[in-house]
Amino acid sequence: MSDSNDKILEIRDLDITFKTTAGPVHAIRGINVDLKRGETVAIVGESGSGKSVTMRAAMGILAKNAVVNRGSIIFRYHHQDGSEAEVDILSKDKKWIRSHINGKRMAMVFQDPMTSLDPTMQIGRQIMEDMIWHYKTPKEEARKRAIELLTEVGIEEPEKRMKEYPHQLSGGMRQRVVIAIALACNPDLLICDEPTTALDVTIQAKIIELIRRIQKERGISVIYITHDLGVVAKVADYVNVMYAGRIVEKGTINEIYYDPRHPYTWGLLSAMPDLDTNDERLYTIPGSPPNLLHEKAGDAFAPRNKFALEIDDKADPPMFQISTTHFAATWLLDPRAPKVEMPAELRAKILRMKHEAGLDDTPAPEERATGIATDADVREEGSAAGAVTAADGKASGNTSGEVSEGVKADSAAETKAADSAKSGEGGSADTGNSGAAGAAENEEGESHA
Amino acid sequence: MHKIDYSSAPLLTVEGLKQYFRISRTFTVKAVDDVSFKIWPGETYGLVGESGSGKSTIGRSVIRLYDPTAGKIVFNGMDISGKMSHSTEGNLRVQMQMIFQDPMASLNPRKTIGDIIGEGLDIHHTYKTRAEREEAIKNILLKVGLSPEHATRYPHQFSGGQRQRVGIARALIMNPKLIIADECISALDVSIQAQVINLMKDIQDETGTAYLFIAHDLSMVKYISDRIGVLHLGHLLETGTTEEIFSHPVHPYTKSLLSAIPEPNPIVEKKRVAESYDYKTSGIHYEDGTSHLVEGTHYVKCTDEEFKKWV
Ligand SMILES: Nc1ncnc2c1ncn2[C@@H]1O[C@H](COP(=O)(O)OP(=O)(O)OP(=O)(O)O)[C@@H](O)[C@H]1O
Ligand SMILES: Nc1ncnc2c1ncn2[C@@H]1O[C@H](COP(=O)(O)OP(=O)(O)OP(=O)(O)O)[C@@H](O)[C@H]1O
Ligand SMILES: Nc1ncnc2c1ncn2[C@@H]1O[C@H](COP(=O)(O)OP(=O)(O)OP(=O)(O)O)[C@@H](O)[C@H]1O
Ligand SMILES: [Mg+2]
Ligand SMILES: [Mg+2]
Ligand SMILES: [Mg+2]
Repeated sequence: MSDSNDKILEIRDLDITFKTTAGPVHAIRGINVDLKRGETVAIVGESGSGKSVTMRAAMGILAKNAVVNRGSIIFRYHHQDGSEAEVDILSKDKKWIRSHINGKRMAMVFQDPMTSLDPTMQIGRQIMEDMIWHYKTPKEEARKRAIELLTEVGIEEPEKRMKEYPHQLSGGMRQRVVIAIALACNPDLLICDEPTTALDVTIQAKIIELIRRIQKERGISVIYITHDLGVVAKVADYVNVMYAGRIVEKGTINEIYYDPRHPYTWGLLSAMPDLDTNDERLYTIPGSPPNLLHEKAGDAFAPRNKFALEIDDKADPPMFQISTTHFAATWLLDPRAPKVEMPAELRAKILRMKHEAGLDDTPAPEERATGIATDADVREEGSAAGAVTAADGKASGNTSGEVSEGVKADSAAETKAADSAKSGEGGSADTGNSGAAGAAENEEGESHA
Repeated sequence: MHKIDYSSAPLLTVEGLKQYFRISRTFTVKAVDDVSFKIWPGETYGLVGESGSGKSTIGRSVIRLYDPTAGKIVFNGMDISGKMSHSTEGNLRVQMQMIFQDPMASLNPRKTIGDIIGEGLDIHHTYKTRAEREEAIKNILLKVGLSPEHATRYPHQFSGGQRQRVGIARALIMNPKLIIADECISALDVSIQAQVINLMKDIQDETGTAYLFIAHDLSMVKYISDRIGVLHLGHLLETGTTEEIFSHPVHPYTKSLLSAIPEPNPIVEKKRVAESYDYKTSGIHYEDGTSHLVEGTHYVKCTDEEFKKWV
């Protein structure tokens, strides 16, 4: 296998708008994604945050009304003779991508299996099709391989099933057929969009195991788009958290689960139902996702973020670096921001998780992380400017005079974040986990949106 | 929270339901094989089980998208298992609604979201003025977390999760007595799953609707259901209250299912091996089993010997 620095996919500053009758929908707003050979990256985030659109762009199959405003999607692969190749998917036309990349080197398992299966064609033929088309595999050999693949994805009596049409299969079976199609040509990069949402836990485990085995054997890279944080915990090396067309936090799986920094990630982790709790209501992130038709200045998550600072209404936060692998786009990480802790319930939940994982002796997250604002920094105006520019490139553009004002600790604590920020300092931030509070906040969030 | 009166008449009674599909002369799929269960008004019955075990088929047979091969279905006092009278069918189409598993496949791509949601209202003439109709659509869109502006968009212009909320809105707008929710949250992210589940609970408190909640995510099923049925290969293997199933699972299949729930804890999860269960080598023959009472409302399908061994 190639050396560990070898990036198979590099998405840079991807920015996409959809034209609709109601106006432009700015769905993807400057995204960077990196994937190394043999690794697994998970993309998580709210419905509508742009996960599928990002990956459809990587596959070169964006909808007709999509306009790519900026960016590049570099894909590196090997020709059959072993020589290396590098393409920017965005510079190639659909036909070229279809014959050289799609299904062959990069395969995608779609979220909605019915949309990628041909309802008029037996599933056996659908699995064989790409092998015959890309590699001119003899029919009998392709048939054998198709039966093998169906067996591998856990479909019983595969010979008989080969002759069935998609509507004759259960939802989860269809999804597994799509997985079989994706694996048929031994791709280098497998993109799984919600590959296991329709699958029960036992088959889910089987599919995950299968993908992992193939990954070990052939060193392929996998991108997992999923809502299921349990699945992410099982499969991912790295996690990208998306919100409203941006990546708001990225890090190793352990950084995201045991040391989350973005309030949206806090919300996601808080919303996971806990098998051991018997709460009457589940925690939900208040409000609804922003309407991308009406873009507004500042951090898109601000209206739903009880920890939002004044500056969040004015400028989108840059990516702040927490460790060599961990980044988050929240002004809370700016050294001038007031110190805000994650909600107490989540803190307790993470402590429980760490305890179960045998991580009890690890130092508290604050001490372990590098480059993060400490209590002292927050109050010290002097170090502020340096820290903001230390974050990635975009930061400098945002730190205009007016903007820097807003980050100041004093102004922030008095405004929106007043209550939570203060109680946060006291170490007992309220999550709004109780039914009544959650509902009330919901209302409030909606009026913002 | 809502209380269910188990001494009242059930809203839905399913007895000995069989649904077979003949694929070819030599191949018949016994998708549902002799399944019986009841749902009371205002209750949530969770149906869980492996992919292909017959969950969706049960839902589709109950709402009569299929003609059952055998068995009896009584809904709201009406026998709906055979040929139905015009008024019975009309009643069924309003009082029972289904939210489908595959959102794209169940939404007409040529219709706007507003018209898809309003379709039931149109067919059953449940409004007096156009404005009343628009108002109902607007309210239901807001209720499921979409915005009224979405009414003029088409299904393909939505993300997967947004589409699923359209399906939920379409069912809710009819104020039915029973909603069959087939994997209605599996396409949603956790926060919106939680919103939808809370929403479904609120609506249940408000209107007393019952749910047949089909899902594979056991943590959500546990959360929303009053009782649970565990299905495998077309057989209902175990049923009981949520507490009974989660605290004292009896059937080895149920046990394996519970042990496979992934936990959102990376270090723990990466090390974990779930209990495996293979029907073929288990020595269990589902056809030989009969219903055995464990305790309370907890039943397991097995032979007398298996019952002695497991309980
Ligand atoms: N063809 C299109 N025209 C207009 N808007 C679109 C189109 N395709 C996607 N969108 C919008 O782009 C945004 C991102 O959609 P995307 O499908 O990537 O979401 P997602 O993160 O995959 O969500 P989910 O988890 O629900 O699948 C959404 O607001 C969606 O409505
Ligand atoms: N996109 C490309 N850019 C540069 N050289 C290419 C490209 N595609 C093919 N080649 C050259 O043509 C030769 C023949 O390619 P070959 O058909 O073996 O590749 P392949 O593995 O079939 O991939 P492909 O799907 O791109 O055809 C390669 O050795 C390579 O040098
Ligand atoms: N219309 C049909 N024609 C033929 N076979 C069918 C039909 N519908 C379902 N089946 C078969 O019946 C069995 C049960 O399918 P069903 O859709 O009920 O499963 P399920 O439990 O809902 O699974 P999943 O969790 O994957 O959705 C499967 O073997 C399926 O292939
Ligand atoms: Mg998607
Ligand atoms: Mg070539
Ligand atoms: Mg199903």
